[in-house]
Amino acid sequence: MSTALAMFLGFIAVTLYITWWAARRSTGSSAYFAAGRSLTAWQNGVAVAGDYMSAASFLGIAGIIAFQGYDGFMYSVGWLVAYLTVLLVVAEPLRNAGKYTMADVLAYRLSPRPVRAMGALSTLTVSAFYMIAQMVGAGALVSLLLKDTGVTFHTAVIAVGALMIVYVVFGGMLATTWVQIVKAVLLMGGTILLSLLVLKHFGFSLGNFFAAVTQVSYHDAQGNVVTQNFLTPGLRYKPPYGALDLISLGMALIFGTAGLPHILVRFYTVPDAKTARASVVWAMLIIGSFYILTTFLGFGAATIVGRDFIAKNGGTNMSAPLLAQTLGGNLFFAFISAIAFATILAVVAGLTISASTSFAHDFWTNVLHRGKERSPGEEVRVARVTAFVVGAVAILIAILLGPNANVAFLVALAFAVAASANLPVIVLSLFWRRFNTRGAVAGLATGLLSSLILILLSPSIMKGAAVFPLENPGIVSIPLGFLGAALGALTGREPEAEAKFTELNVRANTGLGAEKAAAH
Amino acid sequence: MPSASELNEKDRSNETIRSADWERVAATDEFKSLIAAKRRFIAPAVIFFIVYYFALPALVGYAPGLMSRRVLGVINLAYLFALSQFFMAWIVAALYMRAAGRFDEMARKIIHLLQGRLKGGE
Repeated sequence: MSTALAMFLGFIAVTLYITWWAARRSTGSSAYFAAGRSLTAWQNGVAVAGDYMSAASFLGIAGIIAFQGYDGFMYSVGWLVAYLTVLLVVAEPLRNAGKYTMADVLAYRLSPRPVRAMGALSTLTVSAFYMIAQMVGAGALVSLLLKDTGVTFHTAVIAVGALMIVYVVFGGMLATTWVQIVKAVLLMGGTILLSLLVLKHFGFSLGNFFAAVTQVSYHDAQGNVVTQNFLTPGLRYKPPYGALDLISLGMALIFGTAGLPHILVRFYTVPDAKTARASVVWAMLIIGSFYILTTFLGFGAATIVGRDFIAKNGGTNMSAPLLAQTLGGNLFFAFISAIAFATILAVVAGLTISASTSFAHDFWTNVLHRGKERSPGEEVRVARVTAFVVGAVAILIAILLGPNANVAFLVALAFAVAASANLPVIVLSLFWRRFNTRGAVAGLATGLLSSLILILLSPSIMKGAAVFPLENPGIVSIPLGFLGAALGALTGREPEAEAKFTELNVRANTGLGAEKAAAH
Repeated sequence: MPSASELNEKDRSNETIRSADWERVAATDEFKSLIAAKRRFIAPAVIFFIVYYFALPALVGYAPGLMSRRVLGVINLAYLFALSQFFMAWIVAALYMRAAGRFDEMARKIIHLLQGRLKGGE
């Protein structure tokens, strides 16, 4: 296992060098929060992909497909199609009308303090669920891989947390971006290699591969051998509520992405809306190719490694690394595990920077101090302190939850909250003249509360006694978020917000007055 | 022709564009036709992809028999339909990129118009 440790350390060394390089280059708020708005389309596109393909994608989807076949592939599909919402609806207006955070767009024509306070709250909630999931995944992965070297779950979680604090505190958005780019390239490389090895195993015949997928055998809970066609839908989402749950999951996936704060802030790192658009398309190419390849990772693990072996050797989340071990030996196992580790580290860094930016920019500067920095550089200093605190809190919660917490569940919760709270208010403030502050606050509150409450009442938490029969709250909480926002808006008039709609509309559609790139 | 960012540099010198200017831009035929052109593309595209996407979980959930039918060797309709979603997304994105080139051109004209007016007004 010392090879695994060496590879982990190698990746850490590279990323620390990037952080040192970025720390020397970047000065000022726009550099720290938005990498000087000077990234190119492909750089930002690869970084969006890096931010997005998290532990849930690489370890989680492969695991669900390996255990429950086709239904796991539904995650892959939804997570790509989601980018059409980003591309067609939010990316360009956001770039044109905002500065550093999601709440900038809302504050543009609404009363800034309540909207920013709520925006910061929902950003922190979404980021926290997402981040804790990643930390738990990282801890479990690292402690399993390095168990011979005496690294425990606790040490692993603390190490991941400390590293991400270093990237964000010292390197800001520029370092975070390059960590994402390195990680995305590694992840794609590893995934392609692993897929080729799966195909090689089947003599490079897709026919043989899919034939094996239709006859997967494993032992069920009673110890009987079961043979199933893993291409058949419904192995995970069963009647009577399976179909509704699938639709509900789909809603959270395709509407949640456009409300994820750490994805949205990436569009501020490019010079203009045109580049933001091109970067979404770059991201879609990479993300789409990756998710198609989860076919080979997941079904490969199901057919070549087998459910029985995975269940005994680390559980569903270890499907992809165990596939690598079976096909390429211990060295390849270490390599794929190091990539999974890099994946988690990069996503956590991206989440931390968006959470700390939102706190510093929305809450500290704009809510508490009415939009004024009391001394130059205060906002960046506050963000650095926040990154430190956010990191420490995430370490603590991850350790409290322990290695067996359900990672996929926490990520799905983040998507559901983003889709129910953030997306409705972003869309309505961009496209509905009549929308106002009351609507935004009501929408954010309804979306946030309804998704959280429904999760608490769901089978994921309450098991057999569940009051709400679906695992995924989206089908109810997303319409509630829209309804809350619309009703809130209709109960009051806000002439200033309506008057400023014209300005926002011109800005969002032409790029007039948009934040510009830093001079080189 | 000035780009948005060049013009913004100019804005900074006289602080911001006055609110009357936004109203005036919004009232021009050029701006109205930009919004109309965008809406003509984006609204049908969004409706199309949402319908196409939700057809998948709906059919998989409510017509599992149909979706389990083998259509290409052992590969069933459910997998092929799921796979087609990736190409659907890429194709819609490519079509949007092409249309957006046209929108950029229209936006540039509007910015040019406003710049001429700002100069004239001083």
